[in-house]
Amino acid sequence: MTIPTAVAAPVAQNSSQEAAHPPYKLPPPIFDARCRACWFIAALLVLVVASFVSLDLDWAAFASMEAARSMGRFVAEFFPPDLSPVFVNKVAWGAWETLAMSALGTAIAALLGLALAVPASRLSDQDSAWLRRPTRWLLNALRAIPELVWAALLLISAGLGPMAGTLALALHTSGVLGRLIAEAMENVTTGPGDALRTQGVGPVRVFAYATLPQVLPQLMSYTLYRWENNIRAAAVLGVVGAGGLGQLLSFHMGLFQMNKTATILGAMLLMVACVDALSFSLRRWLNR
Amino acid sequence: MSASASHLPIARPSGLPPVRPLMKAPAHDPAFAARVLWLSLALLLLWPLGVATEFRLWVLWEPENRKVTANFVSSFWPLVYNAEFLEMLVRETWRTLAMATAGVTLALVLAVPLSLLATRVLSLSALSGRMDRWPAVLRWCVRATLIVLRSIPELIWALVFVRVVGLGPTAGVLAIALTYGGMLGKVYAEILESGESHAAQTLMRNGSGRLQAFVYALLPSHAAELASYTVYRWECAIRSSVVLGFVGAGGLGQQLDNSMKMFNGGEVATLLLVFIALVALADRVSAWLRKALA
Repeated sequence: MTIPTAVAAPVAQNSSQEAAHPPYKLPPPIFDARCRACWFIAALLVLVVASFVSLDLDWAAFASMEAARSMGRFVAEFFPPDLSPVFVNKVAWGAWETLAMSALGTAIAALLGLALAVPASRLSDQDSAWLRRPTRWLLNALRAIPELVWAALLLISAGLGPMAGTLALALHTSGVLGRLIAEAMENVTTGPGDALRTQGVGPVRVFAYATLPQVLPQLMSYTLYRWENNIRAAAVLGVVGAGGLGQLLSFHMGLFQMNKTATILGAMLLMVACVDALSFSLRRWLNR
Repeated sequence: MSASASHLPIARPSGLPPVRPLMKAPAHDPAFAARVLWLSLALLLLWPLGVATEFRLWVLWEPENRKVTANFVSSFWPLVYNAEFLEMLVRETWRTLAMATAGVTLALVLAVPLSLLATRVLSLSALSGRMDRWPAVLRWCVRATLIVLRSIPELIWALVFVRVVGLGPTAGVLAIALTYGGMLGKVYAEILESGESHAAQTLMRNGSGRLQAFVYALLPSHAAELASYTVYRWECAIRSSVVLGFVGAGGLGQQLDNSMKMFNGGEVATLLLVFIALVALADRVSAWLRKALA
């Protein structure tokens, strides 16, 4: 008896509010002390203005004719790009190295991320998951430090070269993938795992035959997506000396060999464009 | 009640066949051979990659490398927290934040007009079927510009600008502005073209201008999505402004680079901690803002 009245009450209230002609209202004032959005916009403006004021940006140097001329000279030096076969071979090897760095780094990251995702997730209600919190902290730290900073740190122990870059990509990406996989593992249906567990199957086999098959498709798609990102990242990692096209770029730019720099930049653009096109068509094909 | 009932033998009428016992679980993994095959195939494919990247993990374990690493890592503790260093830390953190904010603001200045030019929904000639040739060419050119802007990484832009305007935050701000201008412009145009375009088309059919159609039809229905993408990109810009410091654009990254070159582990550890805290804070703020906008 009580339920129908409880449902009916708000409906009656609503219909009484909806008059045939709503009363005309003035637009709200531009700033109202009780309006949270107004305070937010004001804070945003202050942040933007303070940023520009405090940065001592050198507009004069940039907007002057002299800067425009130096920019023009700089761009003109790029032409013509160095297309001698020896150098093109070198750039092609750099591009292959970049591709290999990104692929190997992403593969290692997928394995490492999976290994870290297990302690970082609560796989069943009986699981005490005491490592969950610390492992998540570790994953967040791995993720928060960019690839380039990891590369600069790893150069100290791995030396100059593509291995430092590969390890840097692997560490950063394993933080990203580990967190995503841990979320995915906690969200899978518990039915298959529970069925195995009630049969007395141990945790390793429950993971291998119930949890892993369920997260594997997601793991694959995240990994492919990160690989796409990592190709781009790998191209610039070399700027700190971690191999690939970036190392060639910073080397030749440092020597002011602008024709060679132009070739390397072109190769970078071409590679990124190819990867974009490939992933676009792949995604379209998958979503068909 | 139901749990105990399930253990009772099921009474079957005599005419029906007996209940088949449950299938016995296989003792071994039935797909074992296939798994081993795929795994070894994958390893075989990874081998040339390892060769190309000179991936020799044992190099890390060589005595002299191990000593250098151990020395560097052990110097992480104690953290450096004298007054002078802390003051520098606060100044550089603000600089990093300001570079990201100024860069994204300039990126907006670039992205908003370009995305309006690139949006197909806001084309008057497309109302009557096919878009005219010159507007189509213009849209295509704007799109190509946006794609080129965003496909050159910000670090490369920064390297170029450091050469032109010299070391300092100007190069970093300009690098962020160009790359993020491209990204924001492309995604804005995509957002504006997604969803229902009926309202905008109705306004333009009835004689409103393109800007009016944008302000009164497209903007209200996509404002939350546009704003939340902008906030997300601001968060990304904070991360990349640290990275830009490594090529001389100032901020936390440059200090990190300096401390690393001097093998000053304590400073490196403090800077990394501050950086992680900054990223976590930006992550929180951005998640909260996007939730409030949704």
